[in-house]
Amino acid sequence: MKETQTIQNQVKSLQTTERISGSEAIIKCLLAEGVDILYGYPGGAIMPVYDELYKYQDKIHHVLTRHEQGATHAAQGYARISGKVGVAIATSGPGATNLITGIADAQIDSTPMVCITGQVASHLLGSDAFQETDIVGISTPVTKWNHQITKASEIPEVLAKAFYIAKSGRPGPVLIDITKDAQFEEFDFKYEKCHGVRSYKPVPPTDENSLKAAAELINNAKKPLIVWGQGVILGEAEEEFKAVVEKAGIPSAWTILGVSAIPTSHTLNVGMVGMHGNYAPNVLTNECDVLIAIGMRFDDRVTGNLETYAKQAKIIHFEIDPAEVDKNVKTDIAVLGNAKTSLKALLPLLNPNSHNEWHQKFKDLYSIEYEKVIKNDLHPTKEGLTMGEVLKEINKQTQGDAAIVTDVGQHQMIACRYAEFNKTKSNITSGGLGTMGFGLPAAIGAKMAAPEREVISICGDGGYQMTIQELGTIFQQKAAVKIVVLNNDFLGMVRQWQQLFFDKRYASTEMTNPDFVAIAKGYYLNAKRVTKREELAAAVEEMIASKEPYFLEVCVEKEDNVFPMIPSGATVSDIRLE
Amino acid sequence: MDKEIKHFTVSIYTENNIGLLNRISAIFQRRHINIESLNTSRSEIDGVSRFTLVVNIAEDQMKKIIGQLERQVEVIKAYYHTDEETIYQISAIFKIKSDLLFEERQIQNIIKESNARIVTVNREFFVLEKSGRKEEIDLLHRELSVFGIMQFTRSGRIAVTKDEMKISTMLEAFQH
Repeated sequence: MKETQTIQNQVKSLQTTERISGSEAIIKCLLAEGVDILYGYPGGAIMPVYDELYKYQDKIHHVLTRHEQGATHAAQGYARISGKVGVAIATSGPGATNLITGIADAQIDSTPMVCITGQVASHLLGSDAFQETDIVGISTPVTKWNHQITKASEIPEVLAKAFYIAKSGRPGPVLIDITKDAQFEEFDFKYEKCHGVRSYKPVPPTDENSLKAAAELINNAKKPLIVWGQGVILGEAEEEFKAVVEKAGIPSAWTILGVSAIPTSHTLNVGMVGMHGNYAPNVLTNECDVLIAIGMRFDDRVTGNLETYAKQAKIIHFEIDPAEVDKNVKTDIAVLGNAKTSLKALLPLLNPNSHNEWHQKFKDLYSIEYEKVIKNDLHPTKEGLTMGEVLKEINKQTQGDAAIVTDVGQHQMIACRYAEFNKTKSNITSGGLGTMGFGLPAAIGAKMAAPEREVISICGDGGYQMTIQELGTIFQQKAAVKIVVLNNDFLGMVRQWQQLFFDKRYASTEMTNPDFVAIAKGYYLNAKRVTKREELAAAVEEMIASKEPYFLEVCVEKEDNVFPMIPSGATVSDIRLE
Repeated sequence: MDKEIKHFTVSIYTENNIGLLNRISAIFQRRHINIESLNTSRSEIDGVSRFTLVVNIAEDQMKKIIGQLERQVEVIKAYYHTDEETIYQISAIFKIKSDLLFEERQIQNIIKESNARIVTVNREFFVLEKSGRKEEIDLLHRELSVFGIMQFTRSGRIAVTKDEMKISTMLEAFQH
């Protein structure tokens, strides 16, 4: 009897196909790709899939966000902290169009994400049916790949391809639109993972000669500067990167998405480049003799005026995406390929070095920045609270182990400048697109992907209100996200620009805000407001100690500015300290 | 030097999938570049499509666009060439009243000299086909428009390059 059963089981496992509906196939594909959590919102054209989600709820957890945009940002937060593909799901029409902001954000920040949208039945396509929208057309410019499925039999292959494309090479978002009839249709299901697409080469080969040339340039450099970006994290090249930095003894600065690849406390870490970056790396960008860019794309917020950017330096660019080479900055040596592979190959070619004199310049400039900016941000003597001192308190109490999820604006720049990180994948922020409203839902995804980690969402009062409804998701999911709103009753960054460049004409930047604590309490969250310096430490302590979600509003100085600052289009070395 | 606006023929080898035209044109659109002409057809390789576009842009921008085209998952390879590097043709058809063919002697001379081909003739109209360079077609259009053209249309440029484009080798490499 037992033997017969074993044989039967063996036969069963050899059967490679089974007859199921398209919607069940979607769930099976997700499970085969290791998806155990997805974020979404139901609606007419995606109902068959939700029906299957109901049946499979013990295997796959669906998180109902309060808006589809929240689903994409949550999926992004999940992807950014875990390195896995985030999944968002929505219905046709408005459900699908509400995904677009998150998809665009994932595209510009290279976040692996698969979005699944329901679509009206195939016989209705193009007829202006209820909740019909051409989401494939709409999402084309902001997706790495997209595709519409009208037959159930296409589901396994297309979804396998979707996950492969989203994650491989330079990651990005993929949207798969599935008509309702394809979800209902039954077919013989069989799943095979995708291992390649003939027209798509995710990782260009690394050329040995360019590596040698890069090593020679680095070995002969007197004043080298590394600027690294998210490519180090996406390529899981943190160890290789650290080894290169340490062996060659090169001062290393980061872009906003690169931070946390090595600890912020590392002696060779010289801070952030770009508009609100640190003084030393920005000024010395225009003094270095070799600029080594690793997994970054010379965004205009990093380079300022390209005509005067690092003109004196030889440029080496380590990059996975050939389209980024020479796009903004002309390189002398491009090393294509995955950062992990190329940095590993680079290491033995490098001579050990320390560049002590060159390092001293960074230290000297840091002292200037400290006196003019950092001291006042972190140890203010004025009455009003600063955003910087809140960050300092969070650093102190989390010992740099927290993952910080930020929104967009002044608080984001302050958080990224001052947050301390020990671990990689700890800074989750909307860099390229600058999406206000990103922070709160992204923190939900991050917390659910890494429940063992302390996840702190830091928002401004503006961006927080763009996706404030996700407090409902936090409450329903019991996601123990810690939410800090740095409230200055202004859209602070825009107000800062109005002050500096528009003669203080504060057009539509002052906010009359609601009682944020009451709102959080309305969602049954623990909540507190801090208005005085002496209350801050205890409140942060209470927040960190909480095992549940916690909301902390800190009322900060209304018209503080973020410095240093490179005015838009100015030269990096003309960075202003006041 | 790189900033000088030039006339480029872009050849893009792709998979034959719905929506790819949209994806390709979006890359030009986001940089505010007009596509002067566009043709898509099968290529020399089974199952591989070929887009041929003509754009007027600076070479440095052209290079960046080629990179962004090749970044697309379903694009196999993209190239750009100057007129000197390609053999190119466009095709045009003219629909003209048949009466004119017999009444206006000059039309017969124009047809003969232009190397245009009469595709069909019936009682009402005849159809003239002319392949060649844009200037030749423009000239023929000017000459015939004096007599009246019932309908006119011109194709996008199609071009082959003087140098080899190693798509087959590339596809084999993809398959390994």
